[in-house]
Amino acid sequence: MADILDEIIERHVNTERDGLIPLLQEVQSSQGFLSEDAIIRIGASMELPTSKIYGVATFYDQFRFEPRGRVHFQVCHGTTCHINHSLRILQEIERLLKIKPGQTTRDGMFSVDATNCMGACSLSPVIKVNDTYYHDVSPADLKEIIEKYKSNPLHP
Amino acid sequence: MNFPIEVNNKTILARRGETILEALDRNGIKVPTLCHMPGLNPTGSCRMCVVEVEGKRNLITACSYPVEEWMKIKTHSPRVVNARKTNVELLLSNHPDDCLYCERNGNCELQLFAEQLNVRERRFIGKKNKYKTDPSGSSIVRDPAKCIVCGRCVRTCDEIVGVCTLGFIGRGNQIIIGPSFNKQLNLSSCIACGQCIMACPTGALHEKRHSDDLQQALHHSKTHVVAQYSSTVAISLGEEFNLKPGREINGILNAALRKAGFDKVFDTTFGADLYLVQLTAEFEHRLNEGGRLPLFSSDCPAWIKYIEQWHSEMIPHISTCKSPQQMLGSIINRYYADTYHIKTEDLYTVSAMPCTAKKFEAQREQLTHKGISDVDAVLTTRELAQFIKLNGIELQQNDSELADYPFHVRSSAGKLMSVAGGQTEALIRTLYFRLTGNEMKQPRIAEMRVNKDYKEVKIKMGKHLLGFAAVNSIALAHKLIEEIKAGRDDLHFIEVMVCPGGCINGGGQPIRKAQNALKIRQKSIYELDEKDPISAAHKNPGIIGLYTDFLISPDSSIARELLHTSYKKREVPL
Amino acid sequence: METVLAPAKEIVDYMLHSKYGSTNTTMEDYLSRLRRDKVNRPVIFVGMGTCGIVAGAENTLAAIKNYLNEKNIDAEVVEVGCIGLCAHEPIVDVQLPGKRRLALSRVKAEMVENLLDNILNFEVPNYSVLGQYAHLNQEAWDEVDELGSLPFFRLQHRLVLKNCGVINPTSLEEYLAHGGYGALERVLHNYAPSKVCDIVEESGLRGRGGGGFNTGRKWKIALNTPDDEKYMVCNGDESDPGAFMDRAIVEGDPHRLIEGLAIAAYAINSTKAYIYIRAEYAVAVKRLRHALEQATQAGILGYNIMNSGFNLNIQVSEGAGAFVCGEETALISSIEGKRGMPGPKPPFPAIRGLFGRPTVVNNVETLANIPPIIDNGPDWYAGIGTEKSKGTKVFALAGNITNTGLVEVNMGTTLKTLVYTIGGGIKNGKRLKAIQFGGPSGSCLPEQSLDVSIDYESLAEAGTIMGSGGLVVMDEDTCMVDIVKFFTDFLQKASCGKCIPCREGSRRLHEILENITKRPMNESGHETLERFKGVLQLENLAEVMRDTSLCGLGQTAPNPLLSALKYFREEFEEHIFDRKCRAGVCKDLRMFSIDVEKCTGCTLCARKCPTIAIIGAPRTPHFIIEDKCIGCGICFDVCKFVAVIIK
Repeated sequence: MADILDEIIERHVNTERDGLIPLLQEVQSSQGFLSEDAIIRIGASMELPTSKIYGVATFYDQFRFEPRGRVHFQVCHGTTCHINHSLRILQEIERLLKIKPGQTTRDGMFSVDATNCMGACSLSPVIKVNDTYYHDVSPADLKEIIEKYKSNPLHP
Repeated sequence: MNFPIEVNNKTILARRGETILEALDRNGIKVPTLCHMPGLNPTGSCRMCVVEVEGKRNLITACSYPVEEWMKIKTHSPRVVNARKTNVELLLSNHPDDCLYCERNGNCELQLFAEQLNVRERRFIGKKNKYKTDPSGSSIVRDPAKCIVCGRCVRTCDEIVGVCTLGFIGRGNQIIIGPSFNKQLNLSSCIACGQCIMACPTGALHEKRHSDDLQQALHHSKTHVVAQYSSTVAISLGEEFNLKPGREINGILNAALRKAGFDKVFDTTFGADLYLVQLTAEFEHRLNEGGRLPLFSSDCPAWIKYIEQWHSEMIPHISTCKSPQQMLGSIINRYYADTYHIKTEDLYTVSAMPCTAKKFEAQREQLTHKGISDVDAVLTTRELAQFIKLNGIELQQNDSELADYPFHVRSSAGKLMSVAGGQTEALIRTLYFRLTGNEMKQPRIAEMRVNKDYKEVKIKMGKHLLGFAAVNSIALAHKLIEEIKAGRDDLHFIEVMVCPGGCINGGGQPIRKAQNALKIRQKSIYELDEKDPISAAHKNPGIIGLYTDFLISPDSSIARELLHTSYKKREVPL
Repeated sequence: METVLAPAKEIVDYMLHSKYGSTNTTMEDYLSRLRRDKVNRPVIFVGMGTCGIVAGAENTLAAIKNYLNEKNIDAEVVEVGCIGLCAHEPIVDVQLPGKRRLALSRVKAEMVENLLDNILNFEVPNYSVLGQYAHLNQEAWDEVDELGSLPFFRLQHRLVLKNCGVINPTSLEEYLAHGGYGALERVLHNYAPSKVCDIVEESGLRGRGGGGFNTGRKWKIALNTPDDEKYMVCNGDESDPGAFMDRAIVEGDPHRLIEGLAIAAYAINSTKAYIYIRAEYAVAVKRLRHALEQATQAGILGYNIMNSGFNLNIQVSEGAGAFVCGEETALISSIEGKRGMPGPKPPFPAIRGLFGRPTVVNNVETLANIPPIIDNGPDWYAGIGTEKSKGTKVFALAGNITNTGLVEVNMGTTLKTLVYTIGGGIKNGKRLKAIQFGGPSGSCLPEQSLDVSIDYESLAEAGTIMGSGGLVVMDEDTCMVDIVKFFTDFLQKASCGKCIPCREGSRRLHEILENITKRPMNESGHETLERFKGVLQLENLAEVMRDTSLCGLGQTAPNPLLSALKYFREEFEEHIFDRKCRAGVCKDLRMFSIDVEKCTGCTLCARKCPTIAIIGAPRTPHFIIEDKCIGCGICFDVCKFVAVIIK
């Protein structure tokens, strides 16, 4: 893991301040989250104080500071999805997995995020589990979906 | 180029390029501000300085909006006052309701706003952010629940001091201000300078209290309690008692402290003279023996912590002299205690400083002797004032008394250490004498008295042409270090003070008590230097006596043991 | 398989030379083929916008490719963007040799075989057919409506969305063949930057992000601010929940945006442009980056563009998730690598913006309007729309409307036409309750306002704003209090936290709504009074937030609440005093009960109930224990016998 991080940081070594967010995005994309170590090393490489890097990263919704679960739920919380009761879906996931948006279960299996409008309003409520979209979801469907992924996280 | 604008139906003159706030200020019209920091770019975040301008739909911030010809401004219309009041009420709705229990009770900007704007009821009741306090640091305590996110501490730490420990974390009403990863302060890169406390309008940042320990010690029959206080305290403490700012109150302070129960009261300026003598000797030694130069000063603990964290490779360049406070503490522990047959465990030394970093310094591992700190507790100027009031002492109603023998005589050079550039000036006086055998004809060095972040002077002393610099900013110090590493060699001694202006503007000083406090304090120090017959450290008879009696010489083994220290690299997230 | 005869670069060269009158028949033929004026083998278009993908278009595409492979059929498969009829995704079009292009709706993977069996044999199935494209030289299908005559399309004026869903967004050649980059070429070789500003100013185009400021005039300010470096920035941060206009444009026709941006950059003398686009729009970002690369390779971007001496470098900046970054100074701060917090204005970005230089920030839709304005002239554009609001506007229709999707209408169209004729009215035969314009910064309009004309002035007079184009239609089953609560929650989380009125005020606004939708718990009159007081404070709080907040987010935060209070006061009062939610939405204010007549005792609800609040033996009517019921509504959802009722 450390090597990939090294490689990414090395590639951005001449980057100015305006390259900070793309660098953070690339690190998160590769590691799944921003670790303390990654943030300190990015700061050192860009010659910026760690507090500034951390301050920028915590401002934006995209960045996570906890690793994602093997199965990552994204619940769309746009207006149309809300009208179609997406909040209940989020609450049901919270109830079943005992984690709140931004968190990961202790065994590292599941994580959940509420996202801004995904732009698929005609099919609301929409959720995304890893790379698969589910549409017209109702809270009652969730138990089954979670079970499916529990038994086979990669190919449910 | 001037042009007229109308404010509250009266015409005033404004200058092209200035903001509304600047124009109002110049004309004596006061508008409340909160996030505004003189000299730094306005962020327009607090919205307290809003004014009504004819033709503009919304209220606009005076701090950021440039003046325009024929502007018609209303600074206190009902609409404006209501906006400010609602703003303050919104702040109060997310603020703990415990003024009476707060460090800044009576000296809080939020309290002041609430009073000025006549806030009389809780109109907004809702969730308040609950945060745990962070008392982990040796000098500074964070209380994020009281933070009103004005951002002044962050900007101070970043743009004025330059270490950037504090930052904004998160977004919206969940913003918390803290070190990276919201780690505890003792695990962060904080150098304890306390400038953030000076910037904070509320009690969200304050110093760690040590006056409670002191109270205990004073009333313990067996403990021999000794006080030392710096010259900066002597000229600043009066502000906390509504005395004339800048007035040196050594005399009445000595009396007051004795009344409070101190067994002995010493003057840290004696320690400052000791420091200057040792420093001169160390410098001379390096100069003659080809030792590591330039030599950097070592009495500013925030500077030391900075070096240990960011530039540990420069440690060989830092003077190993302990600071005046620590030197005196060390001498008290050995020389004084031995002379008066006091057991070390019965001795409790307290120092009063304008500085929060001194609290960090006092508990440094390297500054303990057989497990006991040379200085047991450090109080800031503010804490000292509170302590005096707590013990029911009316400061003014004391007669002037001298400090206790043998640490009561001091030179004005020692006092000069209160201001940025002063240490260098003081050092030069003693160094000149050591290198040439003569006293300086003009001991007052103008180059060290200008109001700049970086001061430099080159002086011929005997066969040497020596370069001296006084740096008053971490950013400039860093730059200088890089230059030195790259080969710059015209400077031989460099004084670094972290607090802008020097110790007179330390993190422990009175907060916003006097207008132009800095200028007044500085002037006071220079005036004392004018009048004092003993204008150099080496002329202090007390110091001469101490060497004769005990230390023998600056490089004796006892001097080395008691008066010098060492430094170590610190690993913290930078 | 046909080979590509000429890459984009050659087409561009041809474009540059053909204006001198010389035409090349081979090239013209090739361009015609790119436009698919005529095809000699079947072409199957699959809608692969995000809405299509969510509906399963990837599986449909795979099924189609599979089918062609197995049956050994020589056909072209083209992935296109979204045509705007999102409720009908996945949409598949088929163009057979000699016949007009046929559009099919809701083509799931399992339907592919049957459908293609029919169509490839020139037989129109009696299901799934949306319509056919109008085409001069191709034979029409019998008894199939012209797509353009469908109520959804008939009253639209697809100016910005012209190519979306029609052409292949990953083919620069197709864009060129349809006349793309002609406007850029004309500008670079014929007009000085100030002339371009004039043309755009005369056209009357106003900022489509919601600001409504005359675009050409904004450009002029930057053009006339002396500096040796200027920046043109495209704002694709579109974070309004329920708005996806910009996403569709970038997914469906990225080159249109690039062309508009390039012309804009030229007009202000900028050689460096940025496109700031939400990272969440993964498909759009990918297509955009691909299009930029293509354009650079073809000499349309980079150094000495089209031999004009103009240089332009466009960089993509992915927004990391912050609604507030839609505000121009916050966006600029974000590009600079800082926390995306707005700054005081003045200084205005056009004078001192990105990296301290003159910067113009324009919305995606605004820029997409530029090429047709150049192509057809400002007078033509000024002839569309109303006196003060020229041109068209793209709207994302969302909510309880039949035809959720993306539409584009002339300014001046009435709301009624938009919602009922084009939008197909309210889904499931319900009644219209309210329409939200401008997302969380906008206001709602009730049914009575349907006659309002859609233009900046009329909407402002009606008490709302145009916004960026997100239109949410709410039916009678929507609780206005709940919707406003959703918006206030969104805004308090979106607030950057810099200024006091928005940071603290938006939270207090949200709490007022939380209080009136909270579970009643043995309350005294005191609590009712507190709740009511909260609503009274509202007006003062709203006024101060509007007057004092640093940026538009805080200034407009009270709007949804104030407008809902204005038109739906009764509903609010019911929540406050009667503690009832008439739409049955507010979880804490509703109670479920079981109709013993309808209940068959199937035990499904009891088994699914998360708090074991339902008791009953199999085959006997069940009962909900009120104290344990948390109002989650799962029983209501799963009951097959409609035996669960909301009290």
